[in-house]
Amino acid sequence: MDFPFELLINAVIAGLLLGGFYAAVTVGISLSFGMLDIVNIAHPAFIIVGSYIAYILNVTYGFDPILSAIVVLPLFYALGWAIYQIYYHSFEKRGRDSMRGFSFFFGLLFIAEVSLILVFGVDYRYVEARYVGPAIHFGFVDLPYRMMVPCAVSLLMFAALQLFIKRTFIGRAILAVSQDQLALQLMAVDPVRIKRIAFALSIATASIAGACLIVIQPLEPSVGREYIGRVFAIAVLGGLNSLPGTLVGAILLGVIESITATFYGPSWAPAVAFGCLLLTLAFRPAGLFGR
Amino acid sequence: MSQRNFAILAILVAAAVLGAFLLIRQEYLFVAGYIVLQYVVLATAWNILGGYMGYINFGAAAFFAMGAYGTVVIQKLFPMPPMIVLIIAGGIIAGVVGLVMGYLTLRLRGAFFAIATLALAVVLQTLITNWGFVGGSRGAYIVRPPQAPLLETYVQYLFLVMLVLSVLALITARAIERSRLGYGFATIRDDELAAESSGVPTLKLKLIATTLSGAMMGMAGAPFPYYINYLDPGSGFNLAFAINAIAMPVIGGTTSWLGPLIGAVLLGSIQQYATVAISSAADLSNLIVGVLLVLFVIIAPHGIVGMFRRSARGPGH
Amino acid sequence: MAAPLLHVTDLSKRFGGFVALDAINIEIAAQERVGLIGPNGSGKSTFVNCLCGTLRNESGSVRFDGRVLDGLPSHKRTRLGISRSFQLPRPFGSLTIADNLRIPLLYTVNARKGAALTGPALDARCAELLALVGLDGKATHLPRDLTQVEMRKLELARAMAAEPKLLIADEAMAGLSHGEIDDILALLVRLNERGITIIMIEHIMRAIMSFSHRIVVLDAGKKIADGTPDEIVRDPAVERAYLGE
Repeated sequence: MDFPFELLINAVIAGLLLGGFYAAVTVGISLSFGMLDIVNIAHPAFIIVGSYIAYILNVTYGFDPILSAIVVLPLFYALGWAIYQIYYHSFEKRGRDSMRGFSFFFGLLFIAEVSLILVFGVDYRYVEARYVGPAIHFGFVDLPYRMMVPCAVSLLMFAALQLFIKRTFIGRAILAVSQDQLALQLMAVDPVRIKRIAFALSIATASIAGACLIVIQPLEPSVGREYIGRVFAIAVLGGLNSLPGTLVGAILLGVIESITATFYGPSWAPAVAFGCLLLTLAFRPAGLFGR
Repeated sequence: MSQRNFAILAILVAAAVLGAFLLIRQEYLFVAGYIVLQYVVLATAWNILGGYMGYINFGAAAFFAMGAYGTVVIQKLFPMPPMIVLIIAGGIIAGVVGLVMGYLTLRLRGAFFAIATLALAVVLQTLITNWGFVGGSRGAYIVRPPQAPLLETYVQYLFLVMLVLSVLALITARAIERSRLGYGFATIRDDELAAESSGVPTLKLKLIATTLSGAMMGMAGAPFPYYINYLDPGSGFNLAFAINAIAMPVIGGTTSWLGPLIGAVLLGSIQQYATVAISSAADLSNLIVGVLLVLFVIIAPHGIVGMFRRSARGPGH
Repeated sequence: MAAPLLHVTDLSKRFGGFVALDAINIEIAAQERVGLIGPNGSGKSTFVNCLCGTLRNESGSVRFDGRVLDGLPSHKRTRLGISRSFQLPRPFGSLTIADNLRIPLLYTVNARKGAALTGPALDARCAELLALVGLDGKATHLPRDLTQVEMRKLELARAMAAEPKLLIADEAMAGLSHGEIDDILALLVRLNERGITIIMIEHIMRAIMSFSHRIVVLDAGKKIADGTPDEIVRDPAVERAYLGE
């Protein structure tokens, strides 16, 4: 029997495109968990909220989802800023009680999902845009625009962040605060302010990631929970402190998931990410490139 | 109060509750009461790991579902199995899952353990959804035995079963709290490094906690298929279990056996009442629970119990 | 001559590319009083962490009381008889002061063969230890109610509660007054007379000089001197380490 090469190649390409998108989804966690040590498991919920906002603007006014996400970006930044304030004053200042921090974010995750269910119901929602639908074909290779555009946007956002971290003062301060808070204080930089900016940035990325998500696939509120596993699997695989590692981890996971879905059916897809996460945690918690 | 006296008191209170419900003769009391008691067990189980030891389990639904699906499997193989067998089996399955997961992840920080529990829940749910023997995504029907043992209706019998499990759970939690084990758990919560340094075998204790906590959740899940007559992954792995298992101890108070009890009775009753009184109650009550959890975590971290005690006390108080 | 209680051979520890400890060799006899000194960053705390199992050393070996310790987790080493106080106090925040001392009694003393302490005997031992460091008035308080100095005393008391053969006091006297330093010194001498070997890590020179039978000096991860206090004071290598060229 012929080995289904065409199927495999398409699966790999879809996986690569998906992986690019996953990088955007995960970069927020690299910031909040990798650099700030904050277990924000509500991050996927913010992404889904971003998706639904893009959806409303698209359905009501016909706005392009990704453009509207960029417009809404400052709102998400402000939201992240506010949440960090609450988090800092309630938990971090009081010291070592990280348990409450987790419960806080879990509660937020839950509130977000249930609110979306109450407002939108559990039907799948999708957006309409010029690039949702058409695809380029190279022989047997399919390149749907609805995957390429989000992938491109995601990689752009990822590159922009990487540049920001490496080249700007605040970006390097964020790196510094993850390594040595005291040294930063001695340089007369307020670590709390830096951490707040970093966290606000991580939530801001959710806005764009959300728009990309709803372009790629139709959504309903519980999809967020599937992404928790993906996001943390990628973050842990890539090594928490490394943005380039995150990209590699994202692409790896995208390809594995895509191949699994193509050959074994999509109902196994959530298990792939979470299974990878469990395996990584069990056997190589520092990740592939970790510290 | 000694352990023995507490046990006697608990049994008396339970008997009084059962007696009162039987006198009032409202079937709904038993239907709603079963769920509240189920949460007493779940919350108490969660708290042993989360409150006493400080390791958060986001996947309570998975352990609960292991017990429920254990029942489905057993009763497909042997019709009309005795309830005690199902409960023990549920406890063993969920306990083993807890042990294995603990061993794989507990050598890492608490943050990774918490994430792993979330991952575990999804993996298990996916496996079950793809397992035809238990009905996969379409679910399985469970037929109740024609004659209810001991009491008039089968729901009353289930209520009695869950009452017994609740009493056992509370007695166990209180016993742990006041024992050497409870002190050990508290040191792991406070400072694991110092605990090791003082001679506490932290890995062993962590495994005991995950196994025990998981097993209790599995036992709570074992009778569930008989309660709802039909089990599918959605109802077995219901998110409400995960959020309530955390919210009830946090709101009630995590440092003592009393907290989960208060949280479960209070929140559970409110949710059951809301189901009757309001139409889109399930999601709305979930929302309220989520909001309460966040509020309590921020404002009243020691829960309701903490409001009546001046400071968070460890074991022995 | 009796075998040394503690025999450290070629102990090395790296953090990534940074060599924290470089082939340390130390022998300590039973009931010796050893001072461990060195400039900041010389590896003293890393050494203690490797001894106690908090960190794993890459190479080298630690023999204690005839047993090889390599690979043993921290709690097993404590049960074998090595106890330490932490430089930055790490109390159990949700337990009372008395209960903080109960932990090593429950988990170390009672874990050894022989009669286990229970009930009133346990309480009495906690009270005794508290009195020894002058904290008996605060038995039912929580650690957060203590001053810095009292927390250090609690730290020391908790290490003593484990009934060690070797006690490592890691900068237990920082911040104490003259009189308090004398109290702690007297306490440590009394413990030593009861048979406990003591390693003292300190920056307070008068304490080190008066207390130690022998002083070991670390600098940048290497052992640069090992001798009596008089020898150390006159050692040019030691002077260079502290004062520079």
